[in-house]
Amino acid sequence: MSLAVGAPSAHAPPMDRRVQARRLTVALSLLLAVTSVFSLAWGASGTSLWGAMADLIAGRELSRLDRIVLFDIRLPRLCLGILVGASLAVSGAVMQGLFRNPLADPGLIGVSAGAGLAAITAIVLGAMLPPAIRELTGNYLVPISAFFGGWGSTLVLYRVATRHGQTSVATMLLAGIALGALAGALSGILVYMADDSQLRDLTFWGMGSLAGATWAKVMAATPIILAALAVTPFLARGLNGLALGEAAAGHIGISVQLIKNTSILAVAAATGAAVAVSGGIGFIGIVVPHLLRLATGPDHHSLLPNAALLGATLLLAADMIARVIIAPAELPIGIVTAVLGAPVFLWILLKRRGALGL
Amino acid sequence: MQAFDIKVTLGRTPVLHGVDFTAKPGQVTAIVGPNGSGKTTLLRAMTGEIPFTGRVLLNGEDVAGQKPWQLAAIRGVQPQSTTIAFPFTVIEIVRLGLTAGLSAANTDLPVRALEKVDLNGFENRMYQDLSGGEQQRVQLARVLTQIWQPMVDGTPRWLILDEPVASLDIGHQFTVMDLTRDFAARGGGVVAVMHDLNLTAMFADKVVLMQDGRIAAQGTPPEVLTDATLTQTYGCPIPVNTTPPAGMPFLLPQARMTHVSC
Repeated sequence: MSLAVGAPSAHAPPMDRRVQARRLTVALSLLLAVTSVFSLAWGASGTSLWGAMADLIAGRELSRLDRIVLFDIRLPRLCLGILVGASLAVSGAVMQGLFRNPLADPGLIGVSAGAGLAAITAIVLGAMLPPAIRELTGNYLVPISAFFGGWGSTLVLYRVATRHGQTSVATMLLAGIALGALAGALSGILVYMADDSQLRDLTFWGMGSLAGATWAKVMAATPIILAALAVTPFLARGLNGLALGEAAAGHIGISVQLIKNTSILAVAAATGAAVAVSGGIGFIGIVVPHLLRLATGPDHHSLLPNAALLGATLLLAADMIARVIIAPAELPIGIVTAVLGAPVFLWILLKRRGALGL
Repeated sequence: MQAFDIKVTLGRTPVLHGVDFTAKPGQVTAIVGPNGSGKTTLLRAMTGEIPFTGRVLLNGEDVAGQKPWQLAAIRGVQPQSTTIAFPFTVIEIVRLGLTAGLSAANTDLPVRALEKVDLNGFENRMYQDLSGGEQQRVQLARVLTQIWQPMVDGTPRWLILDEPVASLDIGHQFTVMDLTRDFAARGGGVVAVMHDLNLTAMFADKVVLMQDGRIAAQGTPPEVLTDATLTQTYGCPIPVNTTPPAGMPFLLPQARMTHVSC
């Protein structure tokens, strides 16, 4: 194979991957738009987007049912799907860049579990907070707690797994398992303490689903997720540099500590908010960046925006599968992403076994 | 580039015991010494990669107060070995050198830098698929891209290399050493940790010989590379300028015919 690559004179030079990545961005944007339309059109109820649009164009009033289905159920669900999918994929890509490892994913290494624990704590014990604080945080209490939970676990993980500027993969994965188990156990205790109505909240939430999408949730998650995503373009250069190692990154002029801190905050915010509104949805953060690296290479300038687009698209697609495959009942979306994502994860692991020293 | 009283302790073991070091712009300064003598540690302390006590000046200014981007504009550092986390192509790695310094505007530099290290045509190869020596030259091309001009506005820039020829064949050892000479000739400063004493004798203006975390000798190659000094430092009799017993082939880089390019 290397011989074939080694004879570039015989072929036209391969296209610059930067150009390919820009084309991919355009293609992914279109794909997301199309998927969004289908997501609006598709559902368990008989409401048809096309019918509703025909009604609107003809100047007819929409039926109350159609209005509720489209604007209060499917539209917030669409928005939430896009936000959560983009968050999970970008968090994965940033974390992998930070840990210099394609297997680092907030879902796998305990960051989501930490965020989840904090969210459950907020749901169960939130009532004990002074009313003033509850008033102040309102709908944001759960996402904010999840953010701090995700932040705390990422910090712990990074401290444990990194020595002398190099991150040990084995330590990272093992520490992630320990962190996940601890968060799971503490969450279990809280679930045990919860009363009936809290249990119902927890069950809906814990399934990892977009089913409970409401405008309130969209509004709570949007500012946090958008803030986190808005930071990531400024991380691209630093994450590329970090691929050389921390010392070499510093020598090409990157403020390594600043990049690390910002990355950890952005991942915690995006993961925390995503987990808070949709529970634990796994593997998007692993599968999406990996596919994109195969397609157009690891340059974070294009990887991060493309991950947001593909992550959103993939989650919307998974959501459509989840809600129609056993309609009128619904499969938790976490199951769909796990079924699709776990084999990809295994594939990466097998392919890189030697390189990872595992 | 000056360093004063550099002390480094790794774990509980003192590795450098107060080293003073000076390198002048326009010169190639080689740091040599046996394994474990502290060569790389000295280099890593002076580039701020490991904690140390003491002071390091670059062009007369203390590096301690400077931001990474300020240092990156006047100093390029080639590490001993670099594993890359993701499947970058060669040109993508070399372009990382563009992210700093005044060269950033000039986008054909990465290709020209690859030509300089004799890797033209390698642009779209995967870095991970290259041999160790090729990877090392890619890293050098990246560093050269970062500090392409040895002098900017009368201020010298610095090329700092950790065993730049360690895994190279003899032809490419010349390629790289010629590059360092050229960089120094045009006013820049070069500091390199070297293992090969012959190449050091050929290319260095100044040699700093280290032993057990201290400087054992320093000066021009003829001053430092003597029977007595080397024998004492390396703990093994090494006669300089002596032909081996008859019948044993030997080749010295010094014998290179300068009128034939290789």
